Amino acid sequence: MSDYNFAYLDEQTKRMIRRAILKGLAIPGYQVPFASREMPMPYGWGTGGVQVSAAVLCPEDTLKVIDQGADDTTNAVSIRRFFERTAQIAVTTATADATVIQTRHRIPEEPLRDGQILVYQVPIPEPLRFLEPRESETRKMHALEEYGLMHVKLYEDISRHGHIATAYAYPVKVADRYVMDPSPIPKFDNPKMEMAAIQLFGAGREQRIYALPPFTRVVSLDFEDHPFVASKADHPCGLCGAQDSYLDEVIVDDAGGRMFVCSDTDYCAGRQVDGHRGSDNKEYAA
Amino acid sequence: MTPLLQVKGLTKTYGRHIGCRDVSFDLFPGEVMGIVGESGSGKSTLLNSMAGHVVPDAGQVIFDTRDAGPRDTRAMSEPERRMLSRTDWAFVHQHARDGLRMGVSAGGNVGERLMAVGARNYGAIRASAIDWLDRVEIRADRIDDRPTTFSGGMQQRLQIARNLVTGPRLVFMDEPTGGLDVSVQARLLDLLRGLVRDMGLSAIIVTHDLAVVRLLADRLMVMKGGDVVETGLTDQVLDDPQHGYTQLLVSSVLQV
Amino acid sequence: MDAMIEISDLTKTFTLHNQGGAVIEVMRDAALSVAPGECVGLVGASGAGKSTLMRMIYGNYLAASGRIIVGDVDVATAAPREILALRRETLGYVSQFLRVVPRVPTLDVVAEPLLALGVPEATAQARAADLLAQLNIPRTLWRLSPTTFSGGEQQRVNIARGFAHDYPALLLDEPTASLDARNRAVVLDLILAAKARGAAIVGIFHDTEARDQVCDRTIDVARFTPGMAA
Repeated sequence: MSDYNFAYLDEQTKRMIRRAILKGLAIPGYQVPFASREMPMPYGWGTGGVQVSAAVLCPEDTLKVIDQGADDTTNAVSIRRFFERTAQIAVTTATADATVIQTRHRIPEEPLRDGQILVYQVPIPEPLRFLEPRESETRKMHALEEYGLMHVKLYEDISRHGHIATAYAYPVKVADRYVMDPSPIPKFDNPKMEMAAIQLFGAGREQRIYALPPFTRVVSLDFEDHPFVASKADHPCGLCGAQDSYLDEVIVDDAGGRMFVCSDTDYCAGRQVDGHRGSDNKEYAA
Repeated sequence: MTPLLQVKGLTKTYGRHIGCRDVSFDLFPGEVMGIVGESGSGKSTLLNSMAGHVVPDAGQVIFDTRDAGPRDTRAMSEPERRMLSRTDWAFVHQHARDGLRMGVSAGGNVGERLMAVGARNYGAIRASAIDWLDRVEIRADRIDDRPTTFSGGMQQRLQIARNLVTGPRLVFMDEPTGGLDVSVQARLLDLLRGLVRDMGLSAIIVTHDLAVVRLLADRLMVMKGGDVVETGLTDQVLDDPQHGYTQLLVSSVLQV
Repeated sequence: MDAMIEISDLTKTFTLHNQGGAVIEVMRDAALSVAPGECVGLVGASGAGKSTLMRMIYGNYLAASGRIIVGDVDVATAAPREILALRRETLGYVSQFLRVVPRVPTLDVVAEPLLALGVPEATAQARAADLLAQLNIPRTLWRLSPTTFSGGEQQRVNIARGFAHDYPALLLDEPTASLDARNRAVVLDLILAAKARGAAIVGIFHDTEARDQVCDRTIDVARFTPGMAA
């Protein structure tokens, strides 16, 4: 038995967070304030996501944690261990086996299904923040559905770069009502957000929770003559050869050598087990 | 003819201090009204009360809306009032930086009101922005520059373009030429006169500069201590002032 | 024929609030009637109230009592917008001073009264150019602001502006002062042409020759001046 309550947080706190989550699910995209707790990790390391995960975890759940798609980075490993220790729950790296997936900056490549929950770590929940710094004003803009400013940001992108250069945290309008920051996922992932799983977003420092019920309509904002494009690097994965996955660019030597590999490590490993090979996969390339 | 704006008994106090008291007037389409008075006379309070920036204690501000005819804007819901202030109303601030987004390009500043009312075609928004920059005599090649790189006069002209792009019918102006060089003022006055004439705008201009109102305003309202002390045709009020305060005001300035 | 301008029982006082509230009565029981096509000259000693009367007809000075009917508007009691409409459509005024927005080109200054009436810009500018040419303003000056012009040039720009639109009623305050013989003749021709098309004109002419040439009759405003009447 651990010295902690199940999943670290006390039950009253979890109730408070669950209420916020339910309200968030009832009003997709609406930022619900909640009394964010001090967590044993610094802000920016996923304190919001961890609190949401803690509130939804049950003893029979299987948890997966990814950071930029990878299961084996510091942030992912520490959060996974945190819940192993405080909740004694099963953990996995396999997307299909997980019931709760906490993520930073990615949506897994493998489609999620009914019964799964995807928990996002959110640094800045307010999509209007960079153009309108006054919180009182942005709340009013949400309340009155005044979202012209969001397009000003995209306009500025096009005027400066010739195309919409926003590549991550690309703003979306959900359920035809609220404009929402999808957290800093690549815009490649935006179309996946209309999914079977429940999506929960937690911002610890900003004390906000918002949510998307399954199959909520999610539209990426754009212009008629500059439509949204879910772009990715124009390469196949160097390890598994996948053409359809989001890629990280990895610098491999001091001479400018580089390779592109799937950012979703589980997806990539699974394909390699199935016998797929990429051109940079020296170990197996024959 | 229906007045575009009817103000009735508008009063705003700040505790025991009176902002403006029992102000009533009608403004007809195409009319430009000037409000003059010294600092603290209540002219800015009146302007902000009419524009909905401060909540008056009493009175009505009835605007002849396109859809539903004359309506008291104070009784409107907030979304309606904010929509009005983005479409049929415009507000030109004395300091351009209060009315512009300084971190957004000139084109983005002009396009914002269009996007706010649903414009979603980048090419069309940009074409409108270029057209408006031209009308306020800002070169098209400055469209992607931020207002921070503009002179004071250019910033003020950009603010005007940003406000007029949606074709408003009523423009509130708070000292629009304040803080500008005399030669820049003249250029702005000429521009405003042309726009008022060509677009059939109605405008309410608050200023303490009698030369500005003589050139811009058809009618004049003189305020002192929160009260309107005299109203009339601009040239009549300036050349044959009836109230003692107006006489003092007119005789206190250099020949206008 | 009905009068275009009909003034009766007109009184004017100035109250000087900042000089002990002194009330100065400058005009009493003024009366004047001008028919279309008629030109009436106001005469009288300096200070008798010629300009005051003219300013009152234009709505620039406020009448204390009485009636000033121009067309179908009583200027003495009309709302500002009625007077503005009257000035735009019916009543022209050539003052002695040119008051314009600095920087605006002369051609636009002259065309402005027509633009205010909704006349297309090209038509208005053509009319303005025609008048400026008649009044011998060199074409090279048309794109410049008249604020830098000589007194005589400014006066002619002012006249061109006043005659741009065919007002049914015209007020002329010393239109030929500071003009040379050639331009004076042009202005007198413009006045005669306005009369011929039926304009009712009230003018102040110190230039007696000019007055004799265009005025059908004169009115001595001293008759209306309290304390000056014989």
